Amino acid sequence: MKVGLFIPCYIDQFYPQVAIASLELLEKLGCQVAYPFRQTCCGQPMANTGCEQDAVATYHHFVELFHAFDYIVAPSGSCVYHVRKHYDIIEQTEAVKRVRENTLDLSEFLLDVLKVESLDSSFPYKVGLHQSCHGLRGLRLGTGSERVLEKDSKLQALLRLVKGIELVELSRADECCGFGGTFAINEPAISVKMGKDRIADHESKGVEVLTAGDMSCLMHLESIIRRQQKNIKVKHIAEILNGVQP
Amino acid sequence: MNQHAQKAAEFIRNESRTDWHDEALWFIRSKRDKAAHGIPEWEELRELASQVKSHVLSKLDQYLEQFEARAIQNGVQVHWAADAEEHNRIVHSILKRHQVQHLVKSKSMLTEECHLNDYLIERGIEVVDTDLGERIIQLKGEPPSHIVMPAIHLKKEEVGELFHEKLHTEKGATDPKYLTEAARQHLRQKFLTAQAAITGVNFAIAETGGVVVCTNEGNADMGVHLAPVQIHCMGIEKIIPKAEHLGIFTRLLARSATGQPITIYTSHYHRPKTGGAMHVVIVDNGRTAQLGREDFRNSLKCIRCGACMNTCPIYRRSGGHSYGYTVPGPIGSILTPGLDLKKYSGLPFASTLCGSCSDVCPVKINIHEQLYRWRQVIAEQGHLPAAKRQSMKWAGRVLSRPGWYNFFGKIGRWAIRRLPRPFLYNRFNEWGKDRELPEPPRQSFKEWYRENKRL
Ligand code: SF4
Repeated sequence: MKVGLFIPCYIDQFYPQVAIASLELLEKLGCQVAYPFRQTCCGQPMANTGCEQDAVATYHHFVELFHAFDYIVAPSGSCVYHVRKHYDIIEQTEAVKRVRENTLDLSEFLLDVLKVESLDSSFPYKVGLHQSCHGLRGLRLGTGSERVLEKDSKLQALLRLVKGIELVELSRADECCGFGGTFAINEPAISVKMGKDRIADHESKGVEVLTAGDMSCLMHLESIIRRQQKNIKVKHIAEILNGVQP
Repeated sequence: MNQHAQKAAEFIRNESRTDWHDEALWFIRSKRDKAAHGIPEWEELRELASQVKSHVLSKLDQYLEQFEARAIQNGVQVHWAADAEEHNRIVHSILKRHQVQHLVKSKSMLTEECHLNDYLIERGIEVVDTDLGERIIQLKGEPPSHIVMPAIHLKKEEVGELFHEKLHTEKGATDPKYLTEAARQHLRQKFLTAQAAITGVNFAIAETGGVVVCTNEGNADMGVHLAPVQIHCMGIEKIIPKAEHLGIFTRLLARSATGQPITIYTSHYHRPKTGGAMHVVIVDNGRTAQLGREDFRNSLKCIRCGACMNTCPIYRRSGGHSYGYTVPGPIGSILTPGLDLKKYSGLPFASTLCGSCSDVCPVKINIHEQLYRWRQVIAEQGHLPAAKRQSMKWAGRVLSRPGWYNFFGKIGRWAIRRLPRPFLYNRFNEWGKDRELPEPPRQSFKEWYRENKRL
């Protein structure tokens, strides 16, 4: 099984520790992981701003680098969702179809492909899980609170495999953090307010470490936590699953 | 900054009020969750509703004609209006014909959309909105901020003050019961003297030629039963094929809107009362244009329950007035660009694309996907601000070229690490006003990988 690791641009540039944790975790679980060195981005920043056409070259670049893999795994539900959902505007060649079908979020790959049932990491902290929207409602990594279906969450299932972890229940289980890509800059007032409200929810439940499947949400939340000098740490779920301590 | 962003920023300046607004609407969303979870087949019901609506939209012309034929058989006078202007003209001519001076109205976002009140008042007709919420904003001279709870943005203290001024209630009174009673007494007089009643329409049944109006206050009935002339104004998309389909929608509507199992009144109007007249005005006003837009056609399935507003984290924190249109929130943001792309080009961007609206919507409109699509149309048609358009062109170039990407990444990280704070945090940095920039690491992952995996 050939696994290609996709590390989204902002993780590459700002959060290498998340990429390292993802790589180590996959290798620990016995995967042969390749990291195509010429990779950049999934193209989402342009497309979400309405400029899909400006993203086409990036889409082609992505497909060229990744089409030969059995699975393309990324620690980011949002980018995975973008590849699967929005690479529909380029010609649907075999390579494009393969890439769209086989690009998975880390949590999907761990549970659905590797069928991971145990992990030997421990994380003895009170953890609050932020359900990133594109993962939750786009990739259906869990049941959103709007839907009348059996409750289910891949991220929670994985976190429960970690020893000593205490997962808290939030008052609003899956409200958006307010990042939204360029939304964060177009509508800064609401974006920040939404972030503050999310943090307050975690804070009121005594959360020590806030986690999520998407580093972009965490980047936004951490930027507010740091400005307001709050005492909450932020860790991507890959780091927790890999046993990285805060 | 676009208009919505500006108005939202103003709204948020009063943070405790924003919190109050957010909580009030979240409370309704929670009630909706509870009610929906009481129906195990909820998701199938949504699917069914969505399919019935798809079917109707695919044969809309036939169903409308069937509806018209049945209604005429029942003794109803049916009118067709291409746009708001014609709608207003038709309503006014009906009123003139019946020599109506005093009019009561209930439950009609369509007449709000057409600005009927102003049109009639200018022509000397007294128009009184009779839903409590609508009456409140009418007295206040404001547009509605929500389609189901038009005065949700006002606190009870403000309503008390308004009623003191307009209805002479006691100064400082805030008890909702007392205030409601005062409004009721005041409205009773209006009901008794009204010569005509106008209502909106929730559903129009092609099979029977009847219209259905769902209310909680019974005011639609009171108006219609007391006044000799009744006028029902409906958008062309309100049609459902048969009476047997109604149950699907009434089960979804009230639960989605307020968390009630059903609205207190579900009124069916089929024919004029003895000695009276019944008119139905069927309005297009941009709807067929939307029907012709394949990517956006589904927006016409909307049953105006307001659930997408209640769930929207942005609506809750910016208020309905920030959208600048009668129908605010997520659904408003996919309807308005079809009416005036330039004017409303900011609205599809007033979203994080979180998708909660699509999942809460009882007729499964893919709202957030349509927001994404409208963004593409807005950029294509040249309605993005030039600076943004250019920056995206550059981003596209950089992100498709690994060499450039690595280079600019390195520079960016270096700049954040080394530049003095005032260079980074200034009025050009919208991110940094209330947020820190990320702390850039010494190495990117790529650099780490090269070093450690010895590529
Ligand atoms: S779009 Fe859906 S959720 Fe929003 S008001 Fe219409 S029916 Fe209700």
